[in-house]
Amino acid sequence: MTAHPASQGAPLLALRHLSVRLPKGADREFALQDVSLEVAAGEIVCVVGESGSGKSLTAMAILGLLPGRVTLDSGAIELEGEDLAALPPARLRAIRGARIGMVFQEPMTALNPLMPVGRQVEEMLEEHTDQPRPQRLARVQALLAEVGIPDPVAAARAFPHELSGGQRQRAMIAMALALEPRLLIADEPTTALDVTTQARILALVQEIQRRRGTGVLFITHDFGVVAEIADRVVVMQHGRVVETGPAQQVLHAPQHPYTQALIAAVPPLAPPPRAMAAPGPAVLAVSGLRKTYRSGGILAAKRVVEAVRGVDFTLHQGETLGIVGESGSGKSTVARMLVRLLAADAGSITLQGEDLLALNVSDFRARTALIQMVFQDPFASLNPRRRVGEIIAQGLRVHGTPRAEAEARVAEMLALVGLDPGAIRRFPHEFSGGQRQRIGLARALAMQPAVLVADEPVSALDVSVQAQVLALLAEAKQRMALSLVFITHDLRVAAQVCDRILVMQRGLVVEAGETATLFAAPRHPYTRALLASVPGRGWQPGAGAAALSGAE
Amino acid sequence: MSPALRAFLRSPPGILGVALLLVVLFAALSADWFFPRDPLSLAGRPLQWPGQNPRLLLGTDNLGRDIAGFICHGARVSLLIGLVATVVAVGLGTLVGAIAGFYGGWVDDALMRVTEAFQTVPNFILLLVLVAVFGSELEVITIAIGLVGWTAPCRLVRAEFMSLRTREYVLAARGLGVRDAGLIFREILPNALPPVIVYASVVMAVAILMESALAFLGLSDPNIASWGNMIGAGRSVLRTEWYVSAIPGVAILVTVLAFSLVGQGLNDALNPRLQAV
Repeated sequence: MTAHPASQGAPLLALRHLSVRLPKGADREFALQDVSLEVAAGEIVCVVGESGSGKSLTAMAILGLLPGRVTLDSGAIELEGEDLAALPPARLRAIRGARIGMVFQEPMTALNPLMPVGRQVEEMLEEHTDQPRPQRLARVQALLAEVGIPDPVAAARAFPHELSGGQRQRAMIAMALALEPRLLIADEPTTALDVTTQARILALVQEIQRRRGTGVLFITHDFGVVAEIADRVVVMQHGRVVETGPAQQVLHAPQHPYTQALIAAVPPLAPPPRAMAAPGPAVLAVSGLRKTYRSGGILAAKRVVEAVRGVDFTLHQGETLGIVGESGSGKSTVARMLVRLLAADAGSITLQGEDLLALNVSDFRARTALIQMVFQDPFASLNPRRRVGEIIAQGLRVHGTPRAEAEARVAEMLALVGLDPGAIRRFPHEFSGGQRQRIGLARALAMQPAVLVADEPVSALDVSVQAQVLALLAEAKQRMALSLVFITHDLRVAAQVCDRILVMQRGLVVEAGETATLFAAPRHPYTRALLASVPGRGWQPGAGAAALSGAE
Repeated sequence: MSPALRAFLRSPPGILGVALLLVVLFAALSADWFFPRDPLSLAGRPLQWPGQNPRLLLGTDNLGRDIAGFICHGARVSLLIGLVATVVAVGLGTLVGAIAGFYGGWVDDALMRVTEAFQTVPNFILLLVLVAVFGSELEVITIAIGLVGWTAPCRLVRAEFMSLRTREYVLAARGLGVRDAGLIFREILPNALPPVIVYASVVMAVAILMESALAFLGLSDPNIASWGNMIGAGRSVLRTEWYVSAIPGVAILVTVLAFSLVGQGLNDALNPRLQAV
């Protein structure tokens, strides 16, 4: 990380005591309260916080794009000394795009799907400048080349769906840069991207900042990203700024208890030392598992995607096996085939000596209790119209457990996952994301499975909640003698949780091994690329305080 | 359901619809009390204008029947037809749509071809055919109206099922070993119902209109006091004693409007995006 000389004089952007009021009846009165921050030219300021901290709303307030009924209450938004809060909408429109560039989280929805990418970039120039067409087109090419799109001529003609996620985000950045804004606001621009793509986009943002001296306000929830690119950090909680300071200081010697808790919750990339117990007997053995998706029919063009191309592994008693990979690697397909939510095309899944794939539907149904799954999205995985008690007891009732016994088990499970027994009468929407994930876990554990398949169980959760759920999973695993298949894209989480790891790429296992060995000496180039892309890999959360005081 | 109920009570169309519906319901329930005589019997001199005879509030039609009594008794028939036909249409449509949407593949293909066969024939023509073949008793007409209207709820339910069947909570239930019937009726259906409930109000309004249209053409059961029958009877004196057709016409208008407004209120109440604000 290179420290940037802060430019002299007035900052590029300054928020002064900004307060934003929520409509009546919301859970709190102010979305933002007394928020002050500054971005100097040529500086990357990261705003970090968990969901509901008001970090995205800060960006919207700067752009004058607050949702209806959310109003600016007091404070000033100064862009190069001019107060944006006092400007009429027409003037603000001229400033958006021209002097402030904006990059959003999901490039697929931020780009118009029916317009070629080049045309969309050109539109920015058309709207704000009087350049003649040939000059605009030349500028579009130059911009697309600048953001590192390999073939700018072809990319300009392509529609958004024809580009990869990373390319789309590059096109978005080209659009944001078209008018050479002095300030770039990026709202979670890499959250929807794979880790290797994320690393390249972060490098691009840094390069732009260096080359053009652009000030960047970068909104993120990920302390790894902060460690990667931030010059200064603003930590937000419940709509207030709780800590602000240079990146080195905030990352290595956080002052506010909330920042300390957040950083402590970031899993370190180094695997913890593990007692090398002798592996127990094999519980689950998978061999030659394959899955090909075919779509299209008589009239539509046929599309064939080989999602999983021959996967073998063995899970031993009491072990946690991680499957890591990027989107499209086939890891979730494997998870769903294990619990037969998807039919495998070939191969065998042997659970406690019995081939699950050879069983017919009703015989398999009788064995569903043995292998259970925890899903990714805590908001989608619970039926919104059933009470929590019913949800957890559902599997037991299906398998014929008498009602009284099922109720006793539900109470036991709620205690295990740390929820209050009154929860059984409530509906899922009355719980937070982390609590819902606990309910999902209780539902799976109530069946007393031998194997638990967890498909990205903490990816949708805030970092502090993530740590709690992982701890709970570890505790449940120990108490119930579970063996775990843990699917994740997050190598930090994998390092902490897994005993062994399979790395998947395009449907194949490219590397498998003990977690410590794999992290210390990755053999396959793809594993190396993945490890090199983890944001903030040079930063050891919590370990740097001493190092910092020594260096200064 | 209580937040939905609260949202419903906050929606002006919904409240107005419920109020109108209560008026119609009151007319239907009190018909025997206020008009104990057979509504089809002779009540006085034919074609008396409303107000002409204080004993006959809305006058008489060209057969000398008391229009006020006829309207109140007719409310029963209209509501009954609306209700039963809707149950038939939505019930059948939900069942077929649920199965097609849940299983997909060839089951979906086969069921959808059947649905399309129904959809290609204009609804009213199909109704005429059914009545011509099976006769024009009240029961037959009611069920025929239901059979004619099941395709739209069917497509609606199918679309909901197709999007809901891959939700994680459905997968989770499947992973717990829940059988298909349990998945369809206990996991997916309750979540697919809100748009169907809203649409049911439209089906009900259309069912009432269809019966009236049949009666107007003289193809409905002539032995019942239905609003359409009276409109049909008034056709021959439409240019001089227009009220004979107009009064039952207003009754139909009010009832259909009531159902539409209730539907709109339900839509507001069951739409989570409107509720959130």
